[in-house]
Amino acid sequence: MLKLLRFLKPFRIPVAAVMVVVFFQCMGDLYLPTLMSNIVNKGITNGDVPYILFTGAMMILVAIGSSICAVLASYLSSHIAMGFGEDLRSRIFTKVSRFSLHEFDRFGTPSLVTRSSNDVMQVQNVVMMTQRMMIAAPITAVGGMILALQKDSGLAWIIIVAVPVLGTFIGVVAAKGFPLFQAIQKKIDRINLVVRENLTGIRVIRAFNRGEYEKKRFDEASYDLMVSSVTVNRLFAMLMPFMMLIMNLTVITILWFGSHRINSGLSNIGNMMAFLQYAMQILFSFLMASVMFIMVPRAQASADRINEVLDTEATLVDPENPVSPDPALKGYIEFRNVTFSYFGAEQPAIENISFSAKPGETTAIIGSTGSGKTTLVSLIPRFYDPDSGQILVDGVDIKNMTQNDLRSRIGYVPQKAVLFTGSVIENIRYGKDDATVAEIRHAAETAQALDFVTAMEQGFDSPISQGGTNVSGGQKQRLSIARALVKKPEIYVFDDSFSALDFKTDSLLRAALKKEIADATVIIIGQRVATIMDSDNIIVLDEGKIAGMGTHQELYANCPVYREIVASQLSEEEIA
Amino acid sequence: MSDNNRNSGTSGPKPGGMMGGRPGGMMGGGPPGMMGRGGPKEKPKDMGKTLKRFFTYFRARQIQFSIVMVLAVCSTIFSIVGPKLQGKVTTKLFDGLIGKYAAMMQKLPLPGIDFVYVQRLLLLIIGLYLISAILSYIQQIVMSDVAQKIVYDMRTDVNEKLHRLPLKYYDARSHGEIMSRVTNDIDNIANTLQQSLTQFITSIVTILGVIVMMLTISPLLTLISLLTLPTAMFATMKISKVSQGKFAAQQKELGKLNGHIEEMYSGFGIVKVFCHEKDSLNTFSEINTRLAEASWRAQFISGIVMPLMNFINNVGYVLICVVGGVLASQKVITLGDIQAFIQYSRQFTMPIAQVANIVNVLQSTLASAERVFEILDEEEEMPDSATAGFLESPRGEVSFHDVKFGYTDSKILMDGINLDVKKGQTIAIVGPTGAGKTTLVNLLMRFYEIQGGSIKVDGVDIRDLQRGALRTTFGMVLQDTWLFKGTIHDNIAYGCENASEEDVINAAKTAHADHFIRALPAGYNTVINEEASNISQGEKQLLTIARALLSNPPILILDEATSSVDTRTEVYIQKAMRELMKGRTNFVIAHRLSTIRDSEKIIVMNKGSIIEMGNHTELIAQNGFYADLYNSQFTGSFTEEEVI
Repeated sequence: MLKLLRFLKPFRIPVAAVMVVVFFQCMGDLYLPTLMSNIVNKGITNGDVPYILFTGAMMILVAIGSSICAVLASYLSSHIAMGFGEDLRSRIFTKVSRFSLHEFDRFGTPSLVTRSSNDVMQVQNVVMMTQRMMIAAPITAVGGMILALQKDSGLAWIIIVAVPVLGTFIGVVAAKGFPLFQAIQKKIDRINLVVRENLTGIRVIRAFNRGEYEKKRFDEASYDLMVSSVTVNRLFAMLMPFMMLIMNLTVITILWFGSHRINSGLSNIGNMMAFLQYAMQILFSFLMASVMFIMVPRAQASADRINEVLDTEATLVDPENPVSPDPALKGYIEFRNVTFSYFGAEQPAIENISFSAKPGETTAIIGSTGSGKTTLVSLIPRFYDPDSGQILVDGVDIKNMTQNDLRSRIGYVPQKAVLFTGSVIENIRYGKDDATVAEIRHAAETAQALDFVTAMEQGFDSPISQGGTNVSGGQKQRLSIARALVKKPEIYVFDDSFSALDFKTDSLLRAALKKEIADATVIIIGQRVATIMDSDNIIVLDEGKIAGMGTHQELYANCPVYREIVASQLSEEEIA
Repeated sequence: MSDNNRNSGTSGPKPGGMMGGRPGGMMGGGPPGMMGRGGPKEKPKDMGKTLKRFFTYFRARQIQFSIVMVLAVCSTIFSIVGPKLQGKVTTKLFDGLIGKYAAMMQKLPLPGIDFVYVQRLLLLIIGLYLISAILSYIQQIVMSDVAQKIVYDMRTDVNEKLHRLPLKYYDARSHGEIMSRVTNDIDNIANTLQQSLTQFITSIVTILGVIVMMLTISPLLTLISLLTLPTAMFATMKISKVSQGKFAAQQKELGKLNGHIEEMYSGFGIVKVFCHEKDSLNTFSEINTRLAEASWRAQFISGIVMPLMNFINNVGYVLICVVGGVLASQKVITLGDIQAFIQYSRQFTMPIAQVANIVNVLQSTLASAERVFEILDEEEEMPDSATAGFLESPRGEVSFHDVKFGYTDSKILMDGINLDVKKGQTIAIVGPTGAGKTTLVNLLMRFYEIQGGSIKVDGVDIRDLQRGALRTTFGMVLQDTWLFKGTIHDNIAYGCENASEEDVINAAKTAHADHFIRALPAGYNTVINEEASNISQGEKQLLTIARALLSNPPILILDEATSSVDTRTEVYIQKAMRELMKGRTNFVIAHRLSTIRDSEKIIVMNKGSIIEMGNHTELIAQNGFYADLYNSQFTGSFTEEEVI
């Protein structure tokens, strides 16, 4: 938490201003009882009406002043807190944008989203509340104490006793309550789990006729939650009544001892009344402070999560003296003994990979799930850096190129098509910012997307909702292919990008692509042998290693892993 | 993401909300209770009706609820008397002092303060506060029980209802939407019941009680402090209305920001490979700035409430001091009266803020309740008829007679479907994705009601069978492998409650799952986690096969697709499926040539309806859709020529 406060630095002056303003506000509030006690001691006792009126006018002025200060404090503190939040969010987002997938994977998308937004909100709110209450609490406590002592130092011990009693009481309840709150959170998660399982598995549950069983499961979780909630609420039910009781007892104690002191002439009634009010103000400021102590630890968790992101250094940086490849070379890829492991993994995901690809050639990669196909191709646009070995594009080690230079040469179509909120045309244009309408149309046509796009109500201007949920999986894939096509890169990487297409569209698309990207270097990951069997080069991956490389015929003759794959997919006569 | 946030709410009192309790005895210039839950509020569509229905939940707990009311009123009254008695102490002191002063003047023996009287008064006050605290404690305990039980009842009602709803209901709604009603909305209701309801009662009682106490002291002073009342009310309501609008604006920007962040992060690789980091950053900054602007407005407006209330409060305080002071100096009222008055006027602020806020809270609670009641009002599955029976020993014959079906009455997908399946036959269902293959399966299991014709199992109309009994005659292995969080053993035994350890292991062995299960850290007791990410997709499929094997149904529904499964596991799955199909009537959503060729009947589906039916040779001879499909998918001749 404290670490994050360094970002408050640009707000030094406003923060100081808040402190000053809050100080005056507290002083104003504290001064009122003194004026009141003057009314009692001088005005009422002497029957001095003009004095009462004069003091009253003073009090109104003080009240106005204090309120103006409070509004100012609110104005400044909300500006500071929100500016702080804005700044923090933007730092996190910028930081994350610089991450390579290596760092990105360590957190994962949902966690990073939470950290960039909810966690910042939490911290920002605490910054806000701190300024409103945390600053006021000690000022009120100290100021109130000084004034109270001035009024009657003989009664001060009552406050000194009351504060720790109140503090201990709140502390004990809070200490007992927090584990219970966590337990409740777990039980709520449990109910959510059961409900979610019931929703996703509704068909299975009904098919197996297990409705009663699921009902019982839910009921157990629900009952459990009820019991825990009741326990927590019973504990917290104590808080308010007994806090008030402690305060009221403090008042009565002051009245009792105060009256004795008045009787023996050590004090007067006006002072005692003022003292009473100061005592209350002090106790209240402690109450407020204790609320803060409850809020801060919750924000602490958020602050820690934010710091974790900010403290992560991006491992992928552009070289100081970037090399640009020979413009004559277009689309040469070479892997030299490349080994790569994911963060925290025991074994490398791919090991000792060497191969090369050149323009006009199609290289296919096949292998079972988890054999490292996607990992291999994600090294080409330098999403990750290999542990050892080299990757060369157009004769230059990709570490010596700028990331922009490298990536501008690659058209990448991921396994899971990603579209962005916007229109169809914007999504395709994502591949090339200055693409003309004709270029976009052509790309869509090649990707077999033209038919369904023109059939949409607004054609190319049709909206795509967040995550592309308003188009089907196959349509998403075709748009994402069109996006790569419009870029006209030297290298195409298709990571199993035809999986959601029906076979007719699939073959039409392949045929159209063949013409379109004949001169480019194509790397393609496939699942079905039939679709890749006449590639120029097939790489068979097995558990991260190359199990075989060559044409279909060569591999079928020499590579047992390949034969196994073929056998599971094609019927006897097809293989022959 | 905002959903996530709401999920983290608890049904207990929130720590931050603990200041929202009832004001007790005397207090200084403490700020009013924290203002509500801050967010934008929704309104219920039909407030009266929902409220009425909401209260039916109280009926069962009428007695406890009345106790809560009585206790709340009593504890408030007891604490309200306090300041007036304290005032009497002060007056006594003042009188004593004046007496002393007078005696001093007249050189009489000093009479001293009547401490016996003071002591008695103070003890009385202590007693009252103590009783008030205890009553209020009991009241809160009873209320928490009532509230949690009511919420528990609601959750149970909703859950039972969910089990009675037809699948049609689930098709039309996202899981998130239903989830949020079962959890967030009920949570919201729980919070209101726990805190706001009694707060509302005590606030009203406090306001009324304070006014009465004030009137007994001085009608004139009462009038003065009451002048501040409507001002405070008006100001609070006005500001909270404005601030709600601002909070709504903030929420909107926050939603946009979250949307952008989510999109950029989930498309992280794409953003990078197309070098769009700068654009994404620019868009982010724009939204971020707008959000900061909106939040600032929201926070500032809501931050004004406290100082403003404080100011109104202080003006009242000053007026009482001044007018009271003047009156006291004229000996019209006593000093203790002023002191009591100051305390009373201070007690006004919090309940007023609370009452003003409660209107919003109630509105959002009723909106939540309405959403919950909406679920409870949904049309249920047609109940099993009273005469519905079950099949003694089902053989597994299935027939369709002129079946007519559409998901909605207006859009009929299938009409005049006739089909006769003998015991032990295999029916292959083929067709492109989205052709309606699963619809057919759903009809068989009576997940949906048909609009015409009849479906019979062993010659009995499925509508004359108990749903549960009908469904146990079917086994299902679908591509969507649903497993729940629990041990592997429990997951396999899901279809067969009283299966022995041995049965489970045997089923797993037949399904070729035993080997991989034993390789797991805890074997059959390995707990499958929430996302079932600790076993692979193929392994999941093997488990669902084992599950179906164990329940040993006469009719089987099978989806052959094994996407994203590695080659070796795929071989196992195929073998296990063959094993499972032996001696049963099978409906197979087929992907493999061998299955299709060996089937007694092939149903070809496209765009929601059955377009061709027959065996392989017949269909090839027809040279229609099936022949086309067969040629393109299975011979590879079409694809091979065109492949890049």
